[in-house]
Amino acid sequence: MTPLRKDLALVASLIPDGSRVLDLGCGSGNLLSHLMHHQGCRGTGVEIDPEKVLAAIRLGVPVIELDINRELDEFSDSSYDVVVLSRTLQTVRYPDRVLRHMARIAGRLIVSVPNFGWYRHRLRMLRGRLPMGKDLPYSWYDSPNVRYTTLVDLQLLFDEVGLEVEQTIPLGTTGDPLKAAPGLANLLASTGVYVLRPASA
Amino acid sequence: MPAGSVGVVETRHVRLFTAEEPLRMMSGSSLGPVDVAYETYGELSPGRDNAVMVCHALTGDAHAAGLHAGADRPGWWDNLIGPGKPLDTDRFFVISANLLGGCQGTTGPASINPETGRAFGLDFPLLAMADLVEVHRALIAHLGIDRLLAALGGSLGGMQVLQWALSHPDEIANALVVAASSRLNAQNIAFSAVARRAIMTDRFFKDGRYAEEGVSPATGLAIARMMAHITYLSEAALEEKFGREPNRRQPSIGGPGFGIDFAVESYLDHQGQAFLERFDALSYLYLTRVMDYFDPFSGPDALAAVTADPVKWLVLSFESDWRFGTDHSRRIVRKLEGAGQPVTFREIGSTWGHDSFLLPVERYHATLRAFFDRALEEGLG
Repeated sequence: MTPLRKDLALVASLIPDGSRVLDLGCGSGNLLSHLMHHQGCRGTGVEIDPEKVLAAIRLGVPVIELDINRELDEFSDSSYDVVVLSRTLQTVRYPDRVLRHMARIAGRLIVSVPNFGWYRHRLRMLRGRLPMGKDLPYSWYDSPNVRYTTLVDLQLLFDEVGLEVEQTIPLGTTGDPLKAAPGLANLLASTGVYVLRPASA
Repeated sequence: MPAGSVGVVETRHVRLFTAEEPLRMMSGSSLGPVDVAYETYGELSPGRDNAVMVCHALTGDAHAAGLHAGADRPGWWDNLIGPGKPLDTDRFFVISANLLGGCQGTTGPASINPETGRAFGLDFPLLAMADLVEVHRALIAHLGIDRLLAALGGSLGGMQVLQWALSHPDEIANALVVAASSRLNAQNIAFSAVARRAIMTDRFFKDGRYAEEGVSPATGLAIARMMAHITYLSEAALEEKFGREPNRRQPSIGGPGFGIDFAVESYLDHQGQAFLERFDALSYLYLTRVMDYFDPFSGPDALAAVTADPVKWLVLSFESDWRFGTDHSRRIVRKLEGAGQPVTFREIGSTWGHDSFLLPVERYHATLRAFFDRALEEGLG
């Protein structure tokens, strides 16, 4: 088995052993497969890309092919322990709705998002160019990403949706957690990883 | 022999229940003897861990793959089953049986009732999905198989798989439910009702005793088949196949009239007539009723067995299927996923309607192949 990508390994480390996990935008199912084989988890992946769905099936990961934008009401309230949205929030039409669904489905949310506010993106913007880089590798016209956010703006959305941040882990371009002061995360992190819970829970 | 064919095959017959040890049915009735027609393809592994049962739909039979001696048409799922095909008979041992209540070698309402020496007719007991499954269970036991690597079925076949895996999850490691339903809706039942009415009001139905009188409700059965066939194809498929083409095979003499003027009429007429040669009206009545009443999630303990002993599920629907469309499959997925089952679901893009499950639709077969390959890799574990 190929080793888990660094950012996914970090996500895995945030998931308690034996959890029931819903992975929204599960891709080829690598995270879930790892969780099933190494952490005694059970779970379901959700993916819309047909080739990735096929790869996940071949890997033995239960996967439901549906559109996160429209069809998350297929999952009932509190039906999972953990729901993961890894590098997917920027691709959905209504991030607020997706987050509300996630808060309904599980008591623990793990969300990772590329940071539009990363200093290299800001410098590029100053030069009059839209952000591109390892975490945002697409041209504006062919990008699957339709929603760009900075970590500060993301925090405002979490507040709005009623999500409490339990843990923030800013990542550098290498996929390793940054050791810098938390106040500089919005400048120095190319990706933010969040552990969240519904504020009422 | 074409590449990928299992070659020449023969339907075998076995008596699985007798008058002394009859089949105990859901209705409380008993039935014996029960004979079953079945075929197998490939070799059962020494560890008996590569068996896959395929369950046929309403009008199918045991002959799923390969050729009968002298025949030129292969079995009904030959595009799926064979060496190198998704259900690869070089690696899997495949079993296909005619279902209880059928008319292609397995005991059904046209069989002789040993108590009267006449065909059962409408004295045949009403069937439930669980009765069909009991007979399948007896067959795999007869073949020395405790646990199937997988069970696969489309339409009514998928419903048998669903029932089987819910009630006996210890016997099925992987359940593949294609273009099926866990509860027919009013429209589905309405179509069955018209089909049954066509059969039962045919003047040759004779209260189900037609065979003794040497007649058959052929008109009613053909109409039932014609109507059902419309529901098996999508609007787009009918349009693509026939459009408004005239019937060129037998052009109507003297211009438009009430004959078989259009190609689509000719097609349906042919489907209806061909059906008469291979199907019995009583089986049509009994098996459509099994579907009407099927509601496996209705009981309070419906999911208890499978929750204790999870099965790996693959549920598939087809985009243009309006008989058992995606809503039907989604309901199955919601029930299973809600009970914590490992369930995979896809809606396959296909323009061919309900019939798609019998066709070599590329993404459909790729999905089955991936699921079967993984299942074999993981084994019965």
